[in-house]
Amino acid sequence: MAITMTEAAANHVQRFLDSRGNGFGIRLGVRTSGCSGMAYVLEFADEKSEEDVMFEDRGIKVLVDPKSLAYLDGTELDYGKEGLNEGFKFNNPNTKDKCGCGESFSV
Amino acid sequence: MALLQLSEPGQSAAPHQHKLAAGIDLGTTNSLVASVRSAEAETLPDAEGRHRLPSVVRYLEDGVVVGHAAKAEAVSDPLNTIVSAKRLLGRGVEDIKSLGERLPYEFRQDHTAVPRIHTVGGDVTPVEVSAEILKTLTQQAEQTLGGELTGVVITVPAYFDDAQRQATKDAAKLAGLNVLRLLNEPTAAAVAYGLDSGSDGIHAIYDLGGGTFDISILRLNRGVFEVLSTGGDSALGGDDFDQVVAEWIMQQAGIQDDAGHAMLRRLMRDACAAKEALTESETAEIKLELDDGSHWDGSLSRETFNQLVEPLIRKTLGPCRRALRDAGLGADEIEDVVMVGGSTRVLRVREMVGEFFGAEPLTSIDPDRVVAVGAAIQADVLAGNKPDGEMLLLDVNPLSLGIETMGGLVEKIIPRNTTIPVARAQEFTTFKDGQTALAVHVLQGEREMVSDCRSLARFELRGIPPMVAGAAHIRVTFSVDADGLLHVEAEEKSSGVKTGIEVKPSYGLTDNEIEGMLRDSIDYAQKDLEARRLREEQVEAERVIEALQSALNSDGDRLLNAEERQQVETQLARLVEIARADDHIQIKREIEALEKVCEFYVERRMNASVTQAMSGHSVEEFE
Repeated sequence: MAITMTEAAANHVQRFLDSRGNGFGIRLGVRTSGCSGMAYVLEFADEKSEEDVMFEDRGIKVLVDPKSLAYLDGTELDYGKEGLNEGFKFNNPNTKDKCGCGESFSV
Repeated sequence: MALLQLSEPGQSAAPHQHKLAAGIDLGTTNSLVASVRSAEAETLPDAEGRHRLPSVVRYLEDGVVVGHAAKAEAVSDPLNTIVSAKRLLGRGVEDIKSLGERLPYEFRQDHTAVPRIHTVGGDVTPVEVSAEILKTLTQQAEQTLGGELTGVVITVPAYFDDAQRQATKDAAKLAGLNVLRLLNEPTAAAVAYGLDSGSDGIHAIYDLGGGTFDISILRLNRGVFEVLSTGGDSALGGDDFDQVVAEWIMQQAGIQDDAGHAMLRRLMRDACAAKEALTESETAEIKLELDDGSHWDGSLSRETFNQLVEPLIRKTLGPCRRALRDAGLGADEIEDVVMVGGSTRVLRVREMVGEFFGAEPLTSIDPDRVVAVGAAIQADVLAGNKPDGEMLLLDVNPLSLGIETMGGLVEKIIPRNTTIPVARAQEFTTFKDGQTALAVHVLQGEREMVSDCRSLARFELRGIPPMVAGAAHIRVTFSVDADGLLHVEAEEKSSGVKTGIEVKPSYGLTDNEIEGMLRDSIDYAQKDLEARRLREEQVEAERVIEALQSALNSDGDRLLNAEERQQVETQLARLVEIARADDHIQIKREIEALEKVCEFYVERRMNASVTQAMSGHSVEEFE
């Protein structure tokens, strides 16, 4: 399995990286918190650490730490609009239920 | 499904705790809101995709309309439709009188120092009008960002004084916003271009809007922008460009000066369109509908257009020259020129400004949005979305703060352009023997005399132990917090008595001197210096007179014979007389003359007190 992204997501990540001016790629992760167990982490990455697993899709380097990978494997990162708001979405096959807002989930 | 944004490394927020922050450019004509998302600062549009919100509020009997819909009714319902409320923010009743003659509103001035505008929806203050604009922008931002704003940065003109800044903050509070910082507009433009992370240097911010022109000279010094000087023309802008083009079209098409309103509106619209087209192309085609339904066809070349607008652009260079002179700089010392305001899209403006400053102007960011973008970047940092190392303090106090000293003079304690937060202390002493209280009068302004500055607060330090004049050490501490609020404390050091006051600069004062305070300080520098010298000499004369009179009362009869006393008193009377006049050189001369006359008396007094001190002691004790 792997981490993948849609074309829309890849285009936006590339644009944000360009406008930020620097950065190795992006980091996806999970951490405990939120209303139903775990929450997604989505950040710019400036460096790769030893244990990070690296994926590359559509020219974007994606770093995931091994603990997070257990929960994220198979995830597709998407980008979309809802009304005036726009941003990234995690299409994660591992989730059982989500809180109403979708920011946290459980497996 | 929530939509996520890319955060800086290690700065991911816990769910439901995103620190959403926005920058707001609260303008006279138009306002914008911007935010940083995924490391990109952008202005946020409304539901119809419009970024600019007209700063117009219309009051109805049962509600409020803000923005485009309000602007559309500005002509048909002028009394209830408030435009340009920013010009009235933080102004007192007296200030409004001078502005008010040009405004169509009905002002209510009873009972209160803050002017109220009468509308069908009730009496409103400029602060309330501004709050409506802020509320609308906030809703626009919260819809787009998908959450509540934790804080905002609002921009204000560099020349705004404390009262105008405080009024802006009050408007934000009324709109339910947490103001992280007020930021100077030119500073925001500089931040948008990232000049704050560059090396120290001097930058010019050239802001040519629809109806106003502002020039600011900024100095970046260790990450902090200081405003060195400002200048401008409050009645010069893009509208004037449209006007000259419209006049050219009238001439070409043979339209008479007495053309009807509808005709003139079409003319202005086509002139504006032609101006905008010439930024992209070499010629603009004009197809003007005439009153009889036929059309006039013509074309305006960029060259002709440049000739038409050059005199107007040249008019902006005068204030630029003055701003440079006020800052004590030459044009060659300017590193970057930042272009702000829609009219800087005109290519000839860029060329002429570039030539004037000898630098290629910065134009890559949309000049209408650059101020809001800079505010958003600053808001993002202040909300805590960046690692701590990148935290910046960008505020300076706009006018000097000081206290009144003897003779109506102002002693500056915190000079203008000091970065805040800041605390400064200065020691003062008593003026008279046995003085037990000291009045502290807190002032704001650049002038030397109390009467020319703005009074912020007064309080008294009481319980000073009786001492001879000049023996008490009274430490007065001024501290200004990050929000620009001032705290003043006075402490007598030997006894430890202290008292203090929290100063919230009040607005709505009746003095209209505030306007142009900065300009006055330059214009009147020489006069102020003269006034200061005079008062200093007068205070010195009073001190001498007071000391001599008390000496004469205590031992004049014992140490002086009648003739000597007569001589001293004659000279003393002369000084009393001269000190009332206004020649500081003469006063100084008389003080010196009196001291000379009194020399023998002073000597005798010293001998007398030495004799007194030594009586009853043997000579050995003093060896």
